[in-house]
Amino acid sequence: MTTGDDIAAMERLAIRSDQDVVRVRQLVRTLAVSVKLSLVDQTKLVTAASELARNTLVYGGGGTVDAGRVDNGRRSGIRIVFTDQGPGIADLDLALTDGYTTGGGLGLGLSGARRLVDEFDIDTVVGQGTTISVIKWCR
Amino acid sequence: MALSTDEAGRFAGLLESNGEALTSAWTDAVAGLLRGRLSHAELHRQIAELQKGFQSALSGGAADLEAEAAGELRALLSEVSSTRARQGFSATETAVSIFALKEAVLTVLDQDSATDAATLRDYVSFSSFIDRAGLFTFDSYVRAREELISDQAEQLLELSTPVVKLWEGVVAVPLVGTLDSARAQVVMERLLQTLVDTGSPYAIIDITGVPAVDTQVAQHILKTVVAARLMGADCIISGIRPQIAQTIVALGIEFGDIATKASLADALRHVLRQTDATAGRRGAGRRES
Repeated sequence: MTTGDDIAAMERLAIRSDQDVVRVRQLVRTLAVSVKLSLVDQTKLVTAASELARNTLVYGGGGTVDAGRVDNGRRSGIRIVFTDQGPGIADLDLALTDGYTTGGGLGLGLSGARRLVDEFDIDTVVGQGTTISVIKWCR
Repeated sequence: MALSTDEAGRFAGLLESNGEALTSAWTDAVAGLLRGRLSHAELHRQIAELQKGFQSALSGGAADLEAEAAGELRALLSEVSSTRARQGFSATETAVSIFALKEAVLTVLDQDSATDAATLRDYVSFSSFIDRAGLFTFDSYVRAREELISDQAEQLLELSTPVVKLWEGVVAVPLVGTLDSARAQVVMERLLQTLVDTGSPYAIIDITGVPAVDTQVAQHILKTVVAARLMGADCIISGIRPQIAQTIVALGIEFGDIATKASLADALRHVLRQTDATAGRRGAGRRES
């Protein structure tokens, strides 16, 4: 995780249903607009948030998301942290392989989300849960 | 706490003997709260009905609102709250209309000179009965609102997925908003049915109004396209804006050999050119034979 960044107040949402995924998307879009991300970066971040929120719901059995502005002195951005207490990911490399899925999706959510953001940290313990933290910086 | 039979009887008696005075005091109190959004006559009629409801429930010996004798009152209360919910009154305004009965009762009691500890005790138990009635109204109000919302959600689902005929043999589905599984299913069913009904060989799925295309949305669209193909129709995806295109590339989604266009106009032109070409070929073939 990036230390030394000035993290402003984070907003927390629970992810329990498909409606919550939509709510996460709306929150992230509002935040992205507030730090003046470009339209392309807004769309990328919102899409990444949508993928990760859905993963939290489908594979993690629900969880929480915290999102807020970050500032490292030179530029600002948006940081989003997804937390679940689900089964965790046994083989991270495999899970991050394009096209690999255990849930009948396209298998691009996790790997695709990593390509859509600037910083991507994943912390997972089998049987205890997964925490994914992403940051998108303003250009 | 529940009302004793005596208390219920006294309450009923009070409501009966001061009928008109209570109704007008109650109506005035509610009218002040609703600030003229219901006509005075209408309100008066409603209040009089409610008062009769209270009266018959109490003279029937209803100890609390769950009692059998209060059945009619409950029906009346839920009817009032669901009408209010549909008329756009707030939950507070609805519940307070019931609580206003307390004020009215107090006004009537004040005029009675003999107020003592017994009257006070009675008043407290009447109040708690009215409180329960008010809370019941609140519950009914919330239930009515929830019904309203789920009705609207259903209507929205119907409204937001039209399939339009653009040209002879070309149908289009303009998608607007979030494409979740439920909507994707509706879209697919509608599109496939329209393809059968109109015998169209071309379908255009326009995603200009879809704010973000993630893997789930893409998968829904891909499935719809494959299903349409199985029925012999060609699908074109249009309305891919620059930011969506870049996101799709970064995500790694492949649309394969599905034709995609930036705008609906481009997609229609593409289809018309293709139909021209096939018509041309057919014409040429005929000339040769």
